[in-house]
Amino acid sequence: MEIQQSYPPSALPWGGDQEVFAVLDNEGHASASKDPRLPLALVKRIYETMLRGRIIDERLMKLQRQGRIGFHVGAEGEEAAIVASAAAMEPQDWLAPCYREVAAALYRGLPLQTYIDNMYGNADDTCLGRQMPDHVTARDQRYVSVTAPIGTQITQAVGLAWASKLKREDVVSAAYFGDGATSSNDFHAAMNFAGVFKTPCLFLLRNNGWAISVPADRQTASRTYADKGIAYGVPAVRCDGNDALAVYATVSAARARAAAGEGPTLIELVTYRLGPHTTSDDPTVYRDKAEVEEHAKADPIVRLRKYLEHQGAWTTEDEQRFTAEAQAELKGCIDKAENTPEPSIASMFEDVYATMPAHLAEQQRQCVEGPRAKKKH
Amino acid sequence: MTQMTMVTAINDALRSEMRADERVVLLGEDVGKEGGVFRVTAGLQQEFGEDRVVDTPLSETGIMGAAVGMALGGLRPVPEIQFADFIYPALDQLVNEASKYRYRSGGEYTCPMTVRVPVGGGIRGGHYHSQSPESMFIHTAGLKVVCPSNPYDAKGLLLSSIRDPDPVLFFEPKRVYRALKMDVPEEDYTVDLSSAKVVREGEHVTCVAYGAMLFEAVAAAEEVKQQGIDVEVIDLRTLWPLDADTVVESVKKTGRLCVVHEAARACGLGGEMVAEVCEKAFLHLEAPPRRITGWDTPFPYTLENEYLPLAHRITPALLETARY
Repeated sequence: MEIQQSYPPSALPWGGDQEVFAVLDNEGHASASKDPRLPLALVKRIYETMLRGRIIDERLMKLQRQGRIGFHVGAEGEEAAIVASAAAMEPQDWLAPCYREVAAALYRGLPLQTYIDNMYGNADDTCLGRQMPDHVTARDQRYVSVTAPIGTQITQAVGLAWASKLKREDVVSAAYFGDGATSSNDFHAAMNFAGVFKTPCLFLLRNNGWAISVPADRQTASRTYADKGIAYGVPAVRCDGNDALAVYATVSAARARAAAGEGPTLIELVTYRLGPHTTSDDPTVYRDKAEVEEHAKADPIVRLRKYLEHQGAWTTEDEQRFTAEAQAELKGCIDKAENTPEPSIASMFEDVYATMPAHLAEQQRQCVEGPRAKKKH
Repeated sequence: MTQMTMVTAINDALRSEMRADERVVLLGEDVGKEGGVFRVTAGLQQEFGEDRVVDTPLSETGIMGAAVGMALGGLRPVPEIQFADFIYPALDQLVNEASKYRYRSGGEYTCPMTVRVPVGGGIRGGHYHSQSPESMFIHTAGLKVVCPSNPYDAKGLLLSSIRDPDPVLFFEPKRVYRALKMDVPEEDYTVDLSSAKVVREGEHVTCVAYGAMLFEAVAAAEEVKQQGIDVEVIDLRTLWPLDADTVVESVKKTGRLCVVHEAARACGLGGEMVAEVCEKAFLHLEAPPRRITGWDTPFPYTLENEYLPLAHRITPALLETARY
């Protein structure tokens, strides 16, 4: 696919009909003219990561309900938007995630055990239990540490891209965020800065229909979220976020633009959050079950599986084998995480600064020697 | 040695560090072509180009967010916030992001950046060009907070800040910017962070100050000297992490403490200092510790010299403390 850069708005791809770029229909048939014809090995890797993400999500939801983990943010229904976009980026590119994109890090090789240790906040957790579950950090995957305030990663992605531009590296950054984040200060500042400085970054807007309980029409009066690009001079496209092939084609085209010095792109990935916002949310309060069922018909995993089946690249046996293996691996990771102790009390005082200042050393000593310390040391 | 104002000394520090380290990038409103509204960055864009001295759109959120990203990406950004009074749109990036990256990622990501912020009153700037918000940032785990009082320290502390592996808020007292010149070495040197300096030795009262108020404290000390009271004046230089030892040791000697700052009193650094001294030198105290500070009002325009803790307010406090 091609992303146009020019004005006036009538020349923009989202003008007029506001077309949503799609390749696959719900039966997994690819449009002959739009099919990016990706190597099947690549499509399989994308599919397997999406499926693995769904399997992990289902298990973690149950673990939270059983009280074994405190919290989980799932991505049910948004796997194509997350995994296919990560697949379309180069390994050296920065990913600045929201909090729903751990599958992108898994695609890049984040060990599952590292993620599950984060879910338990145990001593093996990379951030030593300092963050809630799902606030992952994955330096080796160039996946920036997850933050909860909405939108802050978007301006940071502009800064990351700016750094690579100044260092003349072939590194593009991608910020993931949801539709609610388009209302944040940082979205505005980031789009504005990226437009002015033509930084090599991608704005991956997962429009999943809901910002917790607030629907799109309460988030913006714009016709589409992609429309917001016009004001900033940032080319924008709409893409079916439940269509892995369309996501891949769109993101790789935008990545090529960025790498060629043509600046940022806003990509509205039109998807749907099939699950709750988090385990703390009850969506039955604010949306109809019928709406969810309607959107479930476009489940990105089903669509991509059917595509692979049509290509003769995936079978029911493959599905069963992969699912069993993924579940077994997950069980092993959970068992290990549950048998790993909490981080030490002393570790609470580390990494505030590179070198521990005197006041923290003193407080560390007070805490370690404090009344609750005995059983932990 | 060259005679420099604080403006010249900071400019000199930025220039020498930009020459030495190509990762150093300046960004902010009007910092490039104009050289900043206080001319602190004058001439730097001409030498280092528009890519390294960047005139940004007018958005503190954008400046700080982009600077955080640059730091994550391996640069050493030095963003400028035009006035401390305008820093609030950048709070999220400072409080939740820059200062927390190291901790929240278990050290995987760090955010070395130095935020330059003109601070304080005494320039007829009213509420929106005079504030001293340093306590907010002292209360923010993960930030370092610096405030020099003179050109020599400004250069040495700024070079230490830019080279520091953690984010630093570098408050520049704009009342001092052009108020005095002093000998500043042209060559590279640093002043250690978290090192307070005894700028005047004395036996009777310890007076702690920083930034522009250091000069008021010294003036008040000179005044009470005529009445036989010897004041030890300490310039904090780095506000956080605090060099509490220097203050506590001094109070163990004098038994008396006055803290001066133009920031509002409630939850100010003075309160923290008094608590620290009470915890560590209580039995040495001969008088109640005093705070001579800005009032807990907004910063006024016409009456700014009544708001600021100038020498005319410090002097009686020193006398009362000495004679308690």
